[in-house]
Amino acid sequence: MGRNARRDPRSLPARVLTNMWRIRRFEEALEELFSRGMLHGTMHLSIGQEATAEGACGALTDGDFITSTHRGHGHAIAHGGDPMLMMAELLMKDTGYCRGRGGSMHIADVAAGNLGANGIVAGSMTIAAGAALTQSVTDSGRVVLCFFGDGAANEGSFHEAVNLSAIWKLPVVWLCENNLYGMSMAQELSTAGGSVANRAGGYGIEGLAVDGNDVVAVHDAVKGAADKARSGNGPTIVECITYRYRGHSKSDRNLYRTQDEIDRWRDQHDPLARFEQRALDSKLLTEGDISACRAQAAADITEAVRQALLQPDATADDLLESAYA
Amino acid sequence: MPETLAYSAAVRSALELLLEHDDRVFLAGEDIGVYGGAFGVTDGLIDRYGPERIRDTPISEDAIAGMAVGAAITGLRPIVEMQFSDFVVNAMDPIVNQAAKLHFMYGGKVEVPMVVRAPGGGGTGAAAQHSQSLEAWFAHVPGLKVVMPATVQDACDLLLSAVADPNPVMLLEHKLLYKTEGPFVRPKAPTDVTEPLGSARTTRAGTDATIVGYSIMAVRALEAAEQLAERGIDAEVIDLRSVRPIDHNTVRASVRKTGRLLVTHEAPTAGGVGAEVVTGVVESDALDYLLAPVQRVCGLEVPMPYARDLERAVIPQVEDVVDAVEQLVKA
Repeated sequence: MGRNARRDPRSLPARVLTNMWRIRRFEEALEELFSRGMLHGTMHLSIGQEATAEGACGALTDGDFITSTHRGHGHAIAHGGDPMLMMAELLMKDTGYCRGRGGSMHIADVAAGNLGANGIVAGSMTIAAGAALTQSVTDSGRVVLCFFGDGAANEGSFHEAVNLSAIWKLPVVWLCENNLYGMSMAQELSTAGGSVANRAGGYGIEGLAVDGNDVVAVHDAVKGAADKARSGNGPTIVECITYRYRGHSKSDRNLYRTQDEIDRWRDQHDPLARFEQRALDSKLLTEGDISACRAQAAADITEAVRQALLQPDATADDLLESAYA
Repeated sequence: MPETLAYSAAVRSALELLLEHDDRVFLAGEDIGVYGGAFGVTDGLIDRYGPERIRDTPISEDAIAGMAVGAAITGLRPIVEMQFSDFVVNAMDPIVNQAAKLHFMYGGKVEVPMVVRAPGGGGTGAAAQHSQSLEAWFAHVPGLKVVMPATVQDACDLLLSAVADPNPVMLLEHKLLYKTEGPFVRPKAPTDVTEPLGSARTTRAGTDATIVGYSIMAVRALEAAEQLAERGIDAEVIDLRSVRPIDHNTVRASVRKTGRLLVTHEAPTAGGVGAEVVTGVVESDALDYLLAPVQRVCGLEVPMPYARDLERAVIPQVEDVVDAVEQLVKA
């Protein structure tokens, strides 16, 4: 539930569900555009991980910041980014978020608090610490939510950033999206101790592991961590266990995992299906409401693509003046 | 009337002015607080400005530089210190992949106004991991500016200009310069100084040959020119001051006048800034004015050794410049 969704007059469950569907439909639209040869380069899809992005960003307050990763489309949408401007960026338009200079891996909306997606694994972690330092010394009351993957937890930057945030009690939430694989390497093979959350103890901070496909669980964990950070009690690591259905990027042939495993996650743990069932069971949403949410998301993304295709192409005219402010 | 001040004190005076006049400015680095920095540059600042603005950090160069990026894009003006420029190797991702790229990569919608100060260079007997001159690495990266002040006045003025710049600036200070003294006019406010980054300065006018240097080699070039004058050779000396961007026009104009060019830096020759300076000449009409092949007097192609005589053999000395210019003029 980002900024757009918060202006939505419908009920909270309807907004959350619509936003998760927006993320999924956005990435499915990318797949289609890619297969039609309309995109350049590769992309990293987060289909299957929508609850983590939506639950985490939904727990933030207006004015809070996020930093994002190479697999960041969901983060940007959940934080209230405009799917049309994202789509325009991917379609190499001058009016895209980065004027065609960034593409899929670098969606940013700094003025709105999305400090940017980062193509370097763990590259945003020290940046998040610095952004949190600004909030701390200016008493802004804002927090920084730093998305990072399970792979990032084995980078030196993870250690330096988390350590700094702990000794300076910075208002940051370290949000690990553990989708079980760093590209092809299974987390159980790459990560000593087996848990990112458990590493928090070494820094004297709290670490939580939650079901990352349960949007409510993610929301509640991040809300608690954000409240704690906002009140000056420092950082928390929130590890969300989730799963990506698609490959790491377009080059992935899925040689490192089985189709059974993918099917099991998709058929039994899908975050959208689970939230829909939960909302039905608890009578928060009706079948009709759910259909309406799906239709709304699909229409939003169709319109985003339509509008983005009409935008002017990125131009090299002022490229040489663009490297420096 | 200028006062006489040490280079390190001039850096400190710039830091004081910035801390005094701009609440957004803060310092961070290893042992910059009560210790005063490994070279004493920040001596006493923590007493005046406190630990929030003079931030001692863990030995975490990656986090120091990355934190500066995050602070800069959210409105602060970080000045961070790498204790030795060699340690910047541990901070290459935030500097090269982040600071240098974000403005461009995010479509011009963010600025990264941060300064990384790093003491570099040899001559202190600190051997291979504490003596390097790594400016060429950073000079190769679009998005960064790289400044290397040689004089006491520039040590202050170029730092003020670097902090005023909306881009990430690497400010590389030679360790042997910290204790050198020179005339200094103290600015009253950071805005008193309007030195553009990327302008060279002709520090000695001459007619027979052009010597281009920067940082400590600009100082040695000037000493060499004085010795050459005693031998009847009138050398022009240019202190490049900035190695990204490079002020090619000043060099070209000088070469058109003298017809001879020697470039000197302490960093190794191969892939060095000198090659870029020379190319700036030969790609222009100044090429037609050259009376002799250009010369480079640079560090030897080895890691910095420890023993005094070995170290001296690797680093260009005044007499090396004198000899090379003599050869150049005779040619």
